[in-house]
Amino acid sequence: MRLTGAQILWEALVRQGVTDVFGYPGGAILPAYDAMLGYPIHHILVRHEQGATHMADGYARASGRVGVAIATSGPGATNMVTGIATAMMDSSPIVCITGQVGSKLIGSDAFQETDITGITLPITKHNYLVTRAEDVAPAILEAFAVAKAGRPGPVLVDITKDAQQSSCEVDWAAAEPHLTETVDEALPGEGDYRDAIRLIDAAERPLILAGHGVMQSGAEREVLALAERAHIPICVTLLGLGGVPASHPLNLGMMGMHGEAWVNHAIQEADLLIALGMRFDDRVTGNLKTYAPTARKIHVDIDRTELNKNVRVDVAIAKDLRAALVEWLPHVGTRDHPAWFERIDTLKGDSAVRDIQNLPDSGHLYAAHVINDLWRLTGGNALVVTDVGQHQMWEAQYYKHERSRSLITSGGLGTMGFALPAAIGAKVACPDAEVWVVCGDGGFQMTMPELATVVQEGLDINVAIINNGYLGMVRQWQEFFYERRYAATPLIGPDFAKLAQAFGIDGVAVTRRADVAAAVEAARRSGRAALIDFQVEQEDSVYPMVPAGADLHKMIRRPSPLAETAAD
Amino acid sequence: MLHTFAIYLDNKPGGLNRIASLVRRRAFNIESLTVGHTETAGVSRMTVVVDTDEYGARRLEAHLSKLVPVRRVENITATPSIARDLALIKVAATGDARTQVMQLVDVYRARIIDVSPESLVIETTGTEDKIDSLLEVLRPYGVIEMVRTGRVAMARGTGPIEKAVPKGAAPAAIAGDVSGGSV
Repeated sequence: MRLTGAQILWEALVRQGVTDVFGYPGGAILPAYDAMLGYPIHHILVRHEQGATHMADGYARASGRVGVAIATSGPGATNMVTGIATAMMDSSPIVCITGQVGSKLIGSDAFQETDITGITLPITKHNYLVTRAEDVAPAILEAFAVAKAGRPGPVLVDITKDAQQSSCEVDWAAAEPHLTETVDEALPGEGDYRDAIRLIDAAERPLILAGHGVMQSGAEREVLALAERAHIPICVTLLGLGGVPASHPLNLGMMGMHGEAWVNHAIQEADLLIALGMRFDDRVTGNLKTYAPTARKIHVDIDRTELNKNVRVDVAIAKDLRAALVEWLPHVGTRDHPAWFERIDTLKGDSAVRDIQNLPDSGHLYAAHVINDLWRLTGGNALVVTDVGQHQMWEAQYYKHERSRSLITSGGLGTMGFALPAAIGAKVACPDAEVWVVCGDGGFQMTMPELATVVQEGLDINVAIINNGYLGMVRQWQEFFYERRYAATPLIGPDFAKLAQAFGIDGVAVTRRADVAAAVEAARRSGRAALIDFQVEQEDSVYPMVPAGADLHKMIRRPSPLAETAAD
Repeated sequence: MLHTFAIYLDNKPGGLNRIASLVRRRAFNIESLTVGHTETAGVSRMTVVVDTDEYGARRLEAHLSKLVPVRRVENITATPSIARDLALIKVAATGDARTQVMQLVDVYRARIIDVSPESLVIETTGTEDKIDSLLEVLRPYGVIEMVRTGRVAMARGTGPIEKAVPKGAAPAAIAGDVSGGSV
């Protein structure tokens, strides 16, 4: 049976198990949209193509399945760039489909023509320009295979209008992808797992650094098994939150620029770092020259380009994390490190008295309080999607994630405006999850038109805006490093509660801590979307903070009336 | 130090762009790059020379391996290999100078492939050192024009060549894959 390229596209998506796509129609993709009506796929109409990519990303991160975004040529395609780069940096498997002008017009600066495969070359795992109906099926099937293979990431398929319109016979078996096998043999300098076991057995002050790869690989149980058997404390990256239950006694918390002080000190004092599915981002290492100076290092990552990139390690293993740990576990000896745990307890020192939760109530509403209350009121069971900035760090510090994939956030690219659309994608992927957006007033204003998408889709998503009237994280840097010259950071926002109401969403403003619980409970009970504008202390900062490029142990700490003179 | 990579990739439009873009994106400098067909239909071979340290070379090799059209990457810097550069050099040569230039060409085992009343065109292949050296001695006579191919290299013995043949079937042919312009 002959199918048009447009029909082949949808048929291929259905064969990949796709049930939902996020998109925005336009001229060059119209044949595809026309054919869509004949296939059992739900299309979510977004308000901006960037939103479509973040939704596909949120869908992928919440479910582990490939998210799909679709847009037209030209501006439709270029609007996707930020979302594609976000998915690339955070290893999120998405497939973006764009319409392209007719193949005869390519290169002629035709209306809404843009070289989107050229533009997205460095921010996709791979991309395709399809100019014939015959090539649609192999390109789509290979795109899904590439997006999922190894370290996941975004793939773009650009399909010309004539390729969508013309028709051909499809041989689905022949269209199956045949990716060149990845070379399994180790590159020079890569290690053997037995070297890793020897280091683990010999360590006195070992520490596991657990990243996003723990969840991507499905290695949550194996990481805990390793930690429990060899009695090794664990710390996590921002994207690793949830991969290890926050309440697990071996979990010390988050590392890095706004990580727990004791975690950063422990990294600096450790004699062995076991880095699992993380990539030593500059936000977790601080100054590389002084990073973990006394530690031997083991690094396991499925992407060998990450090995020895930022931090030189003693044993580098390029392998799927779960497969690596399954191989290790039978050989790991039972150990006990009482002195090391005692030392870590000492490192916790006065952190508790500096914690804003324990400071005297000044009558102000603090973001940390809001998030801590949100955590308590949702029983820690919400799927939280955060934006980028101060609220993101407070969420990471005060919402205790017990489950894998219960936090979705833009880590690598730090994309403001990510939260609301990503939450829509997450809710579509996991309709039964209680989804909360935690967002700043700045980032929210970048993509807030997607509230209309929430309404049109009838999604029950709750939005908590941490509204401090500033681009807060930038303001904090200005306070700390630019002598409080607040250039372009004070921010006027709309009345968010009224704005929500204009979209047809329940909206309420909260200014006192006493009102937090009632607002959160009302939002949870409503069974429909709700927005809460938490008007918090304006000039609060995120502590601790390792200034960019500074030594990891040299943190700026929250001033404490009880610990004014305490050393770092 | 200079690292030489032999890269086998599907001979499809856009391949050169993907390699060059990757090297640029990862902040490496290409010293030399050549590309051409191989003994296997549909497979091209690039020889890329990059100035980097051991860690950089390993990382670049890993990055190149990740590209979908790339079938195999070999860092042949340390393996015994033959590297050659080809140069065409147009030299001003009249009267006595012409005889002297022809003698130098003999010494370097180069060849004269075009003769005009005012100039000679010399063809030479060899290591970059040899060609640099020939160029040095010709310079006083007046080098009018020169073109060099850059390094092509091949490992000695049969090892890497055998391994270069892909194990699986070729990736699905996407005739329309012309991202970023053609090779």
